[in-house]
Amino acid sequence: MPELTDLRDRTCIVGIGETAYTRGTPKSALELALAASLGAIEDAGIKPEAVDAVILPAGAGSGGTAGDFIANFGLPDLHYTTSLQEMGGAMCVSALESAAVALVSGIAHYALIPLCSRFYSGRKARQLNSDPGTGLQSAETIRDYYAPFGVAAPPQHYAWMAQRHMQLYGTTHEQLGAIAVAMRKHAQLHPNALMKRAPITLDDYLASRWVSYPYRLLDCCLETDGAAALLVTTTERAKDLRKPPVYVMGVTSGHPFPPHDLPNRPDLLKMGLDFCAPRAYAMAGVKPDDMDFAEIYDCFTGQMMLQLESAGFCQRGEGGPFVENGRIELGGALPVNTHGGLLSQGHNAGMNHLVEAVVQLRHEAGTRQVQDAELGAVTGWGGHGHGSMAILRR
Amino acid sequence: MKTDSPTPIVKLPVLRGYTKEFYDWCHQRELRFQRCQSCGTWRHPPRPMCGSCHSLQWEWAPTTGTGKVYCWTIVYQALDPAFANDVPYAAVVVELDEGPRLATWVTGIAPDQLYVGMPVEVWFEDLSDDVALPKFKPAEAH
Ligand SMILES: [Zn+2]
Repeated sequence: MPELTDLRDRTCIVGIGETAYTRGTPKSALELALAASLGAIEDAGIKPEAVDAVILPAGAGSGGTAGDFIANFGLPDLHYTTSLQEMGGAMCVSALESAAVALVSGIAHYALIPLCSRFYSGRKARQLNSDPGTGLQSAETIRDYYAPFGVAAPPQHYAWMAQRHMQLYGTTHEQLGAIAVAMRKHAQLHPNALMKRAPITLDDYLASRWVSYPYRLLDCCLETDGAAALLVTTTERAKDLRKPPVYVMGVTSGHPFPPHDLPNRPDLLKMGLDFCAPRAYAMAGVKPDDMDFAEIYDCFTGQMMLQLESAGFCQRGEGGPFVENGRIELGGALPVNTHGGLLSQGHNAGMNHLVEAVVQLRHEAGTRQVQDAELGAVTGWGGHGHGSMAILRR
Repeated sequence: MKTDSPTPIVKLPVLRGYTKEFYDWCHQRELRFQRCQSCGTWRHPPRPMCGSCHSLQWEWAPTTGTGKVYCWTIVYQALDPAFANDVPYAAVVVELDEGPRLATWVTGIAPDQLYVGMPVEVWFEDLSDDVALPKFKPAEAH
């Protein structure tokens, strides 16, 4: 009988690729996704023809279809492809889970996970509600039940959760601001961070304009263009490749109820990560305290704070005090988003979080390296609170 | 089709299936939600099956239209230009006394006067010939 722990350490991330994160690009999503993919394949030191699984986090919205990758890389025999589009920003970590399942089962041997996000040049999240064709329930719920009341975009409906948290637990604006400031500090240390030359102080944060209370402009993630890709294989194959393998100790997905609507959750603050984080730790055989760093999906400051609670780094309601006094900064007890995150590096739906975790565990992060990093956690969040979590080690 | 109206029209729900039925009741000045006919569990947004007992039998059950403020956000930047003249406005989640919650507005009160648990009651605003939105106002003293 298979067990949850059967997936522990059975697969490795062996290649990463990433383009620049920019505001505006002359390149198509497919060109960017192919460039990042080629980077991941070359980083692993395999031939493109060896890829026999393409996991598309956002389906065709990942930059191309499976057919595009077959045609452009000349893949001779693709065994497996799938998509996690409904999970929104939780899809990238969940794609790693799908890759692990396909690889350990023997269906495939080398899985490519590409994602291009064109949040600056393409359609913006705020325009989802007017799209008649996504077929996503979360988008239709916005269109039919939120948008007529002027709630059409994530900073608005996700602000409900932050406001509820403040009401229940006394969370302060300064605590949300501590997250924004920490992300910006980390971005100063990353050559591929959009905000690498734009430091902010807590006063800058408090002076930034309101978008949707309690969210100010500096509570909101960036909108950028760019792509990243991972190459994943089995632990046995990983040993012969170019770079030291990064082991997937645990990787899980979870879903809130009901998934597509926020107001009708019995507990508004209970989300997918609350369900899947305990399974991730069980699969990996480790505890939150064991993590040397965490890359937490930070579409908004409040969503990152909530996930720190859901991922077990602190208790529900304690996220505000937890992020204060530099605890989540480099040099603190739990450095979070050492690349600057969606708030200050760029928005690639969390693929950049996975890439950064690999860079940290390879000890290639330069001035932003977490000293002696052995273990790290990565979370995903999206589509109204679907969740995912990966626990990685060197 | 181009419009000469200076204010773009508020986004209307797509009146199809259950959503049409929900708004048809609103048009008749009734706030109804789905309720399972087997176990009595309310649900919203509408869908075919009861997640508690898996019954496909349900009804559009009436509510009293009274409830309490659950949480809110105050929108300062109208990401939808249709709301440019309304900012700042509070987009509120109201919990009906029967249990279901919905996104709505609480009118007749400044956003900074809202509080969790504030009693409110429904009224209906005609948005078009077909669509009336359920909005709320502070409840009369009981
Ligand atoms: Zn039932």
